[in-house]
Amino acid sequence: MSTDTQTQPGRVILDPTGEQAIVARERVARPKTIDGLTIGLLDISKARGDIFLDRLERELTNRGAKVKRYRKPTFTKPAPHDLRQQIASECAAVVEALAD
Amino acid sequence: MAPNASSLPDGLVAFVKRDCPTCELVAPVLLQLAADGVLTVYSQDDPGFPDGVAVSDDTSLEMSWRQNIEAVPTLLRVEGGIEKERAIGWHRGEWESVAGMTGLGPDLPELRFGCGSLSVDPEHATDLLLRFGQAGLQARRIELARLEDEIEALYDRGFSDGLPLVPPTEKRVLAMLEGTTRKPYEVVAVVPSDLVECTVEKVAINAVMAGCKPEYLPLVLAAVEGACTDQFNMHGLLATTMSAGPVLIVNGPIRKRLGMNSGVNALGQGNRATATIGRALQLVVRNVGGGRPGEIDRAALGNPGKFGFCIAENEEDSPWQPLSADLGADIGTDTVTIFPGEGPRTIIDQLSREPESLARSFAATLRGIYHPKAVMAFDAILVVAPEHARLFAEAGWDKAKLAARLHELCMIPGAELLRGAGGMAEGIPGDQAPEFIPKFRPGGIHIIHCGGDAGLFSAVIAGWVGGAIGSQPIIMEVQS
Repeated sequence: MSTDTQTQPGRVILDPTGEQAIVARERVARPKTIDGLTIGLLDISKARGDIFLDRLERELTNRGAKVKRYRKPTFTKPAPHDLRQQIASECAAVVEALAD
Repeated sequence: MAPNASSLPDGLVAFVKRDCPTCELVAPVLLQLAADGVLTVYSQDDPGFPDGVAVSDDTSLEMSWRQNIEAVPTLLRVEGGIEKERAIGWHRGEWESVAGMTGLGPDLPELRFGCGSLSVDPEHATDLLLRFGQAGLQARRIELARLEDEIEALYDRGFSDGLPLVPPTEKRVLAMLEGTTRKPYEVVAVVPSDLVECTVEKVAINAVMAGCKPEYLPLVLAAVEGACTDQFNMHGLLATTMSAGPVLIVNGPIRKRLGMNSGVNALGQGNRATATIGRALQLVVRNVGGGRPGEIDRAALGNPGKFGFCIAENEEDSPWQPLSADLGADIGTDTVTIFPGEGPRTIIDQLSREPESLARSFAATLRGIYHPKAVMAFDAILVVAPEHARLFAEAGWDKAKLAARLHELCMIPGAELLRGAGGMAEGIPGDQAPEFIPKFRPGGIHIIHCGGDAGLFSAVIAGWVGGAIGSQPIIMEVQS
């Protein structure tokens, strides 16, 4: 290795990213049974999502779960903060429906 | 005692360079001053100049840079380490005032302008700022390994959109930041989808990588700010499985200042400003916001415009007011409009000689965007090239008249739109439909003018989900 290469100063660039440190969050434990639990069903306001969720509601109710239905104002934007809080406070689990 | 590297010695202080005729001219005056009192001479290019005087070597330009010397010769009077008075160039009266003496340079002309200081020479200015200044750059430094190729290193770290990037060195980023008066630490926007606060500095870094010149930066900043509003909804545009991306339309004198092309091949390649400004926005979205294809960017197909799509409207030869004026901006204001759009689709009409006929050709293409049965969902930009625009101008059709006629012509019989109609399962639900349904919401057709002089063509750029449920085009004023 030549001396020239060894003494070449380090080339430095600036980080173009958001330099985010991702916080790993522990997942809530999966419920052993849904019997008696309140399950949220979130319709993202996309066409025919309701058909899928209606079916899911029947299946969940038959298995003893209570079902609450929620709806995002538009599928193109994240769910509003208040809606997320409401679901978290009222439900043990949530199913978000994507459909077309 | 030798002067401290950064503090001024008391007495008279002169900054000179040999490569300056005015400095040569005042050399006898410097001898005169040296003989009469305390004089320190800093020479920027030759410690041997001027002869006969003790000269301090400032070939590093540190003292010149720290004292903000803009031209040589410059003479200062310093008391207690503080500058009291300054004369720039040669002016006998000013020099005598600074020196507190009369009879300086009796054989010299009264006045002679100086030369540029080497410390403000563009060749050195950024280096000096890096070496001696508080550049204030906050971004994490990434040191490349000795054997790493710098272009490959940027690919390896995931920063690239697929094309090579210009390595964002401190020097290049500082030079980029010269393009704006905004501070590097100012927050421009919160970038989806990771919702990261993005500073002017981060935009500058990505603009360097995109290949922008510093003078493009204000436009990129405005585009980033607009794209990250709730109104434009960059998050949704990323997450959608549809093909669209941000399309920038630039209006105002800035198009000329940046040398943007609005003529031949206006929507195509070959112009640095249009190619790199749109790219810089997309690199910010990718790198700062985390909007990477296959991750939050879920486009099934995408489109080549997602490398960056920036259009400069041809205002000078347009028979109509520019898009910016349609959206409420004053003519002459520098603006960028951000539209969620896919690639352009060309409309050919070489036979129409009446505006009504050409409007019908436009409408036929506009009605087909995405699907002939997709109504009231998508906006569109109609790009009218000069030969087509001329036909409307000669018939006295202003832009509002053309837009109104297009809306009328894009009223589609409801029966054609029902599911199953025309043998196509796609369509609107139900058995009944209104007699007519508009293809576009009111104001959903935006008309711009650009392109080469020859060619009876125009183009349509289809939008993404328009309005409050999706994305609303947004116009931003470009700030210096």
